[in-house]
Amino acid sequence: MSPLLEVSGLTVRLPVGHQPKPVLSDVSLTIAAGEALGLVGESGSGKSMTARAVARLLPPGAQVEGDIRYAGTDLRALRGQQLRELRTRVAVVFQDPRAHVNPVRRIGDFLTEALRLTGRVSRREATDRAVRALDEVAVADGRRLLDRYPHQLSGGMLQRVMIAAALLTEPRLLLADEPTTALDVTTQAEVMAIIDGLRRQRGLSLLFITHDLDLAAAVCDRTAVMYAGRIVETRPSALLHGHPLHPYTAALGAARPSVTTRVDRLATIPGRPLSAFEVPDGCAFAARCVYAQDPCRTHRPELASVDEGEVACLRAEDLRETLAVTHG
Amino acid sequence: MAGYLARRAAMLLVTLLVSSFLVFTGVTLAPGDPLATLSGNRSLPPETVAVLRERYHLDDPFLVRYVAWLGDAVRGDLGVSIAQRQDVSDLIASRAGTTAALVLYASAIVVAAGVGFGLLAALRPGIVDSMVVAGTAAAVAVPPFIAAIVLIAVFAVALDWFPAFGTGSGLLGQIRHLTLPAFALAAASTAAVARVTRTAVREELGREHVQTAVSRGISYPAVVRRHALRNAAVPIATLAGMSTASMIALAAVVERVFGLNGLGAYLVNAALSKDIAVVQGICLVLVTAFVLVNTLGDVVAAALDPRITLGRRA
Repeated sequence: MSPLLEVSGLTVRLPVGHQPKPVLSDVSLTIAAGEALGLVGESGSGKSMTARAVARLLPPGAQVEGDIRYAGTDLRALRGQQLRELRTRVAVVFQDPRAHVNPVRRIGDFLTEALRLTGRVSRREATDRAVRALDEVAVADGRRLLDRYPHQLSGGMLQRVMIAAALLTEPRLLLADEPTTALDVTTQAEVMAIIDGLRRQRGLSLLFITHDLDLAAAVCDRTAVMYAGRIVETRPSALLHGHPLHPYTAALGAARPSVTTRVDRLATIPGRPLSAFEVPDGCAFAARCVYAQDPCRTHRPELASVDEGEVACLRAEDLRETLAVTHG
Repeated sequence: MAGYLARRAAMLLVTLLVSSFLVFTGVTLAPGDPLATLSGNRSLPPETVAVLRERYHLDDPFLVRYVAWLGDAVRGDLGVSIAQRQDVSDLIASRAGTTAALVLYASAIVVAAGVGFGLLAALRPGIVDSMVVAGTAAAVAVPPFIAAIVLIAVFAVALDWFPAFGTGSGLLGQIRHLTLPAFALAAASTAAVARVTRTAVREELGREHVQTAVSRGISYPAVVRRHALRNAAVPIATLAGMSTASMIALAAVVERVFGLNGLGAYLVNAALSKDIAVVQGICLVLVTAFVLVNTLGDVVAAALDPRITLGRRA
């Protein structure tokens, strides 16, 4: 069976100053129907850019190479009505609901707009469906909410509204771009539970973008780790934390403090994350990698198949035991 | 919303009170003797002067005259014209229609053409945008009396499409006669509104919530209409309100140039002939209209943006 979403060799360049600079290099990933894929990395690693490329929301002037297929159709070739149709099948939940919901329109307008404008659904039916959708994202008495304005709602409530709105057109793929990052911790857990529950219940495919390896592991079947515009490791989520194959994945896992053991000093990754266009010839992570050797600085590792996944590290096989021991 | 409106109404009353005082004071302090107008510059016998001073309350203390004048004005009595021996209220009422029609016509042009050109420039970067930007930059700097002269030269003299003078008769005739004056009055404000529309729509199109709308498969025209233009309407309404208010004052110039029998032209005549009651009356009416239109603009902006009614940000 072919995957629902198939991205291969995706390279994106954005005009910065005079010259286009790459923000994504050779990104490949697949999501099967009903599967959840996590996309993890630091700020600027290209996670959001990947989702934007899929949703065709790249800024003007972006140069795109590679192939993006949704259910077999080439997304990059879609225009006009076909593109709008696709967008009702691929829904996006953005990071900051406060900025991503029009502040001067009512919640009811926001929820029903897509249905009424793209689905030719009557106002009354759209309203009924909006109330049902609010109910599904655990907003009781949603009808009361429809006349409110976004500034009258809390961030968590607004994010639920955004999720409800995304689900109203009955998409098959949900692109969630750090949907909980702008929320406080308790609300984060609730919103995450809602997304996870709805996904399982509806058999949605999910691309879940986060900087939190453990959170990705909790909701995703597989997780891809990005660094400097490239995917460095894609493995079943359960394996990533205990048995990372890429030193960067291991460092990300270690950077998250454990609740059960007390440490004198929080672990950090030395150096700063690189942008894709700053990457030298060798491995992008080499400068910050404690395991880097000379070949790492001159040869760029390609993604290679390993047990149950892929990794792009020249020393993946050597380090397998070391990383599992020190970070497992 | 109710609280906001109550607050605005209170502010409106205070503004009107202050401006009525300024109008009264200003006209009283202006040089010139109203008795000279009455007498036609002949010397009068002292008894006649005394009678006239008595009739026009010229000897009462300043504040007493102000309070009496304001009290009458609130009841619709603006006194008697010295030059024409008629009620000022009647004189104003017979001319207010022309000015109101002129300003309404001009503000319709400001909104329609301003938003139209602004939107065009915002959505068509490149040659169209540059042309609108250059054109509006020039138009913003043109005062109404220059615009009036240019419009007369082109559309009345050279092309003979519209009349250059007078009020005309019948609805169509009046509209035809008001067309050039309205465009002359509207030109600079139209350009200002076009520039604000362009900037505001551009800015809104770059906002995240517009991206959300696009990501949901909503067609581009609907995104522009329902999100970009809808949100840009807030600054546009504010500016359009202010422009309309200022056009009430600028109407005087345009009415003079086009020989329209409106309030503004009459104000100029009355001021030249030291017809104090008329000057005060017209000033009061114009200031009231100015303040009312400004408030209306604010209320419309508040109705367009639900966040404004919150707190005291307005």
